Parts: sequence; structure tokens; C-alpha cells
Amino acid sequence: MFRFARWKITSIVAMSLAAFLIIMPSFLSKATFDQVKAKMPRWIPFEQVVLGLDLQGGAHILLEVDQNDVIKTLTGNLRDDARRIVREENVRSLAGGYGVQGRTVQFRIADANDRNKIMPKLRQLGTSGVSALGAVGAPPLEISTTEDGLIRMSVTDAGLADKTRRAVDQGIEVIRRRVDALGTTEPNIQRQGNDRVLVQVPGLQDTSRLKELLGTTAKLEFRLVADPGFNPADVDMLPQTDQPGALPVEKQVMVQGEDLTDSQPGFDQRTSEPVVNFKFNIRGGQRFGEVTAANVGKPFAIVLDNKVISAPRILGPITGGSGQISGRFTVEQANNLSILLRAGALPAKMNIVEERTVGPGLGQDSIEAGKLAAYVAGVLVVCYMLTTYGVFGVFANVALGIHVAMIFAALILLQATLTLPGIAGIVLTIGMAVDSNVLIYERIREESRSGRTVISALDAGFTRAFATIVDSQSTMMVAAVILYFLGSGPVRGFAVSLGLGILTTIVTAVTMTRMMIALWYRWRKPTTLPI
Amino acid sequence: MLRFRLAPDNVKFGFMRFRRVSYPFSAILSVVSVVLFLTVGLNFGIDFSGGTLFEVRAKQGQADLTALRAIGDKLGLGEVEVQAFGGGVDATLRVRLQPGGDGAQQAVVEKVRAVIVNDYEVRRVEVVGPRVSGELVQSGTLGVVLSIVAVLTYLWFRYEWPLAVAAVIATMHDLLLTVGFFATTQLEFNLTSIAAILTIVGLSLNETVVVLDRIREIMRKYKKAPMAEIIDLSINAVLSRTIMTSTTTLIALLALVFFGGHVIRSFSLAMMWGVIVAMYSSIFICSPVLIYLNPRSVDGEAEAAPPKGAKPGATAKPAV
Repeated sequence: MFRFARWKITSIVAMSLAAFLIIMPSFLSKATFDQVKAKMPRWIPFEQVVLGLDLQGGAHILLEVDQNDVIKTLTGNLRDDARRIVREENVRSLAGGYGVQGRTVQFRIADANDRNKIMPKLRQLGTSGVSALGAVGAPPLEISTTEDGLIRMSVTDAGLADKTRRAVDQGIEVIRRRVDALGTTEPNIQRQGNDRVLVQVPGLQDTSRLKELLGTTAKLEFRLVADPGFNPADVDMLPQTDQPGALPVEKQVMVQGEDLTDSQPGFDQRTSEPVVNFKFNIRGGQRFGEVTAANVGKPFAIVLDNKVISAPRILGPITGGSGQISGRFTVEQANNLSILLRAGALPAKMNIVEERTVGPGLGQDSIEAGKLAAYVAGVLVVCYMLTTYGVFGVFANVALGIHVAMIFAALILLQATLTLPGIAGIVLTIGMAVDSNVLIYERIREESRSGRTVISALDAGFTRAFATIVDSQSTMMVAAVILYFLGSGPVRGFAVSLGLGILTTIVTAVTMTRMMIALWYRWRKPTTLPI
Repeated sequence: MLRFRLAPDNVKFGFMRFRRVSYPFSAILSVVSVVLFLTVGLNFGIDFSGGTLFEVRAKQGQADLTALRAIGDKLGLGEVEVQAFGGGVDATLRVRLQPGGDGAQQAVVEKVRAVIVNDYEVRRVEVVGPRVSGELVQSGTLGVVLSIVAVLTYLWFRYEWPLAVAAVIATMHDLLLTVGFFATTQLEFNLTSIAAILTIVGLSLNETVVVLDRIREIMRKYKKAPMAEIIDLSINAVLSRTIMTSTTTLIALLALVFFGGHVIRSFSLAMMWGVIVAMYSSIFICSPVLIYLNPRSVDGEAEAAPPKGAKPGATAKPAV
């Protein structure tokens, strides 16, 4: 019963040693750690505990694709497609204009022959890639006609979901480029569900700049300012950023931000005002050259997210493929705009639906508080076990120490995040880990009181307590598992450390204590139990 | 060696006598908990109610709570809840969910920050929009419901029905009293409180399982003894363990309450309450149920027999 194979003893000791070795790097300062890490071979798990944002400080921002914006884009594209098809097929019986309402685009083609001519083309929009709507699974588009010639095209839920999903996919890349431009270390950017992106930036203090970068769609367009006497149907009245009042700007977009290859902040040579310099790709450069050559003397509006930044007059053809945006910027605004233009536009507007920012000061305070609580709890529990169980208390305390080391080692190996509730979870398992020892010891005492010999009392104690230990630990495990799947961030950290604590308890409190007691028994050959 | 023990050995305490006190007592507490929950309600934090939370530290001297409270009126944000801690240097400001969706909450951050940034260091900002808070309510509720279902399933497989019923009654009792604790103290109820509740369910079950396992073991050993006696015997046998474990857990939690910082104080307090309630219910609520349900279809004698304490020689017999 109390025979332990040598390999078992060796492996348990090796496991404990490994646990202590794995947590060693976490005691180093960040600078020393980085130095040593550089010299270590890659295969050695030389890592520190990953601290959650609530401990190291940083920003956690949850972005959600604006569904209304997606619908607006989709219906806008749909209207343009419909208009193009009607024009291409030379349909003359269009009565009235194109109405956009909610998810539906509708227009009236009075003549039945005309309708029949364009219907197949319209249907194709829903199946081919023409309108950028996916054709996987449910149809993205629903088209219906009435007897009197009204054609209604509606974006379906499937179409909307598909577009949203793609907006997130493309958006993640754009967001990564934007966040990287802030020069922070190891930002975490990931998709959450169908329509959300989680952005976590450790160590960031000033979130207003981050939020400004994330909250801007950054759709850049070059459009001509309309001549006096314009047709209101072809013109948007757009607000201006540097002065009040709206400017009539033609609906047709001449050159788009996606044709930019680079943008850098700089200063205007004459006015030394902050500006953004940009370069076009070949297509954009050519188009820009053509448009400027054809419209010398006219104001050219630079439109960002449907606001006119500025509308300088075209002095002459600009054929070099590069240009300059001025708009009474501050230096920071110019910096931000150049980052946004370099990173590209978000495919849809994104709203911040959740934000949690912890300053580094508070994070450090939380770490200190957590450490102190852990030390106090540890010392008190250790003393309590010693005074209650004597030499068996020593065994329990050794097991407790290894237990805590193993939790941290597991956290490091799994690269799981330690949060403040996570520390609370570990402190809690300090209190609960001894439960298994207590169950065993009390059982041993009881069996011994009932007249058993030392060895048989020890044996019975372990055997009988074991079922109860597994039972009681699995009830806690249920709670930990549910918390892990439902919680997020800090709460998930709690679930992780609680769950790991339960697993290591079984190893340390049962196997390890048993081994220590077995070795002690062989060494001392006691005739009475010291508990 | 001098040993320190909270529970003396060989206690033979007639716990079952107390069910005539503990049942009405717990019934009243449970009803009060439900009534408080329905009338006063819980003090939902921004995780569940949405809104904006700032934690600030005065750059000089104490935080001026009156001035901080006045921010709400000044900026037209409605009532701003201000709480001081850390000796009056720190304070939290809670702005209620503003009408106008997610953008409106973000506007709050900028407005408030602009007003306080000169006098205060902003140490923490949390913004939870209306949709996210709604989802958190959902997943929190789901978590509690799921944990109850998991507990029921576990007990279903683990025990005969009378023992399972006893365990369920005890767990529900602890759950109710924990909710009552939050309603009475008006401690902020947020995501970590859900974590506390689920952990308390686990702890409560843990205590119950230890007692029930022993009852079952002794019940099988002494087939003739009256139920009340068996229960008393079992509880006395596990009493020192129950007290030891609860004490070490309470020690750890006390350390968290006093030193763990304000962020997890409400969690730690709730957990302390949970440990005490779980210990109480495993002894005074769960076990006496068995007297009424009678897990091994014995005749009426179990209920009728007066509790006499255990027979001294009984435990000496080896089990199998």
C-alpha cells in the first residue's frame, strides 16, 4: 500500500522541480527577463506569467460593425447596380426615381417587356459577385415584382450577415495596421462573434487617440465641387470640417482612398502648416492626372467620411502621382490622418460598444494587493496547519507550496492570462487546497481512534477520503467550467486559476502527501500517530 | 507537542434537535431574501445596467465628493453616483446609461474626462453599452441556470433521490441567501458577483457532499439505527473537517477582504458569506431533510426515536 515505485517518486519530485523552474523567470524584472530570454534556446519554456489588462494596465475595446451603415452601403450599391442595368439595357419606361427604404431598393418599370429584359440581370446580382454580395447558402437578395411594374429588391438577413462577416474580416486587418502605428507592444486584435472585433492594447495610457483611430471609417474620396446651377440629383451637400456651412459636391467619385499607396505627415513648404503627403498607385495616379488636367481652375473636394476636409482649387494638372492634403490640421491631426490613410478605410463604420481601460498605476496597485493577500493567506494557513497537525501539517504545507507553484507553472505553459479575480481564485485555492489534506488527516485520526494500527489507519484514511475528495473537487470543477465558458476577461481568469487549482490539488494533496507520509513512515517506523 | 484544535475530538452533539429552530429560521431568511430581491432589488453594476464608470485619484489632497457629484447636473448626465475609498483620496463615479445608444456612452467619457482631468488622475474607465450589458445579463443568468442544472444532474447520478433532494434543498437555500446578501448589503452586483455565486454553489455542494457521503456510509453500516442518530453520528464525524476547511477558506478570504484591494472586495465578502452559509446549511438544513424523507425505506421508527447521541463502541467496528 505504501510502497512507492522509485520511478513514481522520481517523477513526482521531477514534476515539482519543473514547476518551480518554470515559474522562476516570472520573478525577474522585465528588462532582465528580455536579456536572458534572448540568450535562451527556443525550446526551453522560458516565459513569464501573462498578466491580464486589469493587472498590467491597458485598453480593452470592443467594436461592433454598424448594421445600419452596412445596410446603407448594400442598398446604395444595389441602387447603383440597378441604375447601371437599366441604362445598359436601354430601358425607357422607368417611372419616377429609385427609392431606398430600409433594406429595400424599389423602382417602377411600367413596360412589361422592359421588365422581362432586365429581370434576369437583376436576379444575377443576387447570385454572382457583381454586387459584392456573397452567394453562399441562402440568397443574399430577394427580388419581387408587382403587376403594375414595381420592382422591389431587398437585402436578406443572410446577405446582411455575410457582408457583416466580411466587413469584420477586412476590418481586422485595417485595425491591426492602425493600432500598430501607435507603436504599442503586442496588441491583441481578434474577431468576436459575427459582427465584433476585440482590440486589446496592453500598457496604453491615453485611449482617446486609440479610440479616434478606431472610430473613424477613413473613407477618402476626391470629388469635384459642383458648378453653380447644378442638378440637385447629382450632388451631395456635405459639411466641412474647417468651416461651417455645407458644400455642394458631385456624387461621382473621381479617385478613391484605396488607390493610395502611402501617406506621411509633413509641413507645407510655404505656409509651414501641418499637411498630409500622399502617393497614388499607377491607376490612381493616372486618373488623378486626367481629372486635374480636365478641371484646371475648379475646386477639388477632399472628402473624408462624407465631410469635406478642404477643397483646394486645381492650379494645374497633377501628374506625378502624389499630392498633398491641407486642412488647417494640428500636428496630431495630420499624424492621425496619415495613419488612417496608410492603413486604409474600414469596410463599414464600427461603433465602440464596450470599453475597459485600466491605468498602469491601478494595475500595479492591484498586483501588490493581490500579492499581499496571497502572502497573508499563505502564512496564516501554513501556521494553522502546523499547529493543528504537527509533522503532518508540514507535509500538507509542502504540498500546498508545490500546489501554488504548479498553478503558476500551468498558467505559464498554457500562456493563460492571470487577472485580479484570477489571483483571488488562487488565494481561494490556498484555503481550499488543504481541504483534501484535512479530509485525509481527519479520516486517519478517526480510524486510528477506533483502534487501528498506524499503517492500517493511514491506509484507510487515504482510501476512504479519496472518493469524497474527488466528489468535492468535481463539484467545484463544474462551477469553474461553466464560468470559463460564460465569462470573459477577468472572470475567465478566475475560472482558469480555480480550475487549475482543483486539478493540481488532486496531484499534490493526494499523491504527493501520500508519498511524503509513506517515506516518513519507512524512515521513522512510528507506533503512534502524531496527529 | 501542543495542538490547537477548533473542534474537540469525540464530540457527540445532537445536531438534529436544532432542526426545529434552524428550519423556521432559514425559511424566514429565505423569504426575506426573496422579498428583498423583488422589492429592493440588487445594486447592479455597469456590467449589467450599462453606463460608464470612472475610478479617479485626487492629484492633491482628498477627492471632493460634492464637486464630483455636481458633474452630473453640470453636464446633464443625470445622477452621478460617487463613492470614496482608499482614505478619501480615491473615488469612483458611476454615470447611468445615457439615451442614444453606444455613441452617447462614448461622449460621456470625453465630457467627464475633460472636466476632471485637471484635478484627478483617471485610473480606470469602463464603458458598457446597452447591447453588451443586455448580453451580459443573459449570459450571467444562463450561467446561474446552467450551474443549477449541472448540480442537479450531478446529484441525480451520484445519490439516491432522498439524498439528492436534501442536497438540492441545501444548495438552493445557499443560493437564495447569497442573493439576499447582495440585496441587503447593496454591494455592487457585477460579473465577479456571478463568479462568486457559482463558486458558492460549488462550495455549498462540496460541504453537502462530504456530509452526505458520510451519512450514506454510516447508514449502510448500521442498518437498524434511527435516521436522526445516524445523521448526528455522521455530522459529528465530519465536524472537525468541516470546521478546519471552512476556517482555512475563511482565512484566505479574510486576507482578500483586507488586503486584496477594493476591486475584488465585494467578491470576497460574498464568498465569505457563502462559506459560512454553506457550512451552516450542510449541517442544519441538508441533513435533517433525510429524517423526513427517510432514504432507506425503514419504518416510522426513525422519525419517532429521540436523538440520543452515538453509541460509544459503534465506530470501532471496521467497515467492510
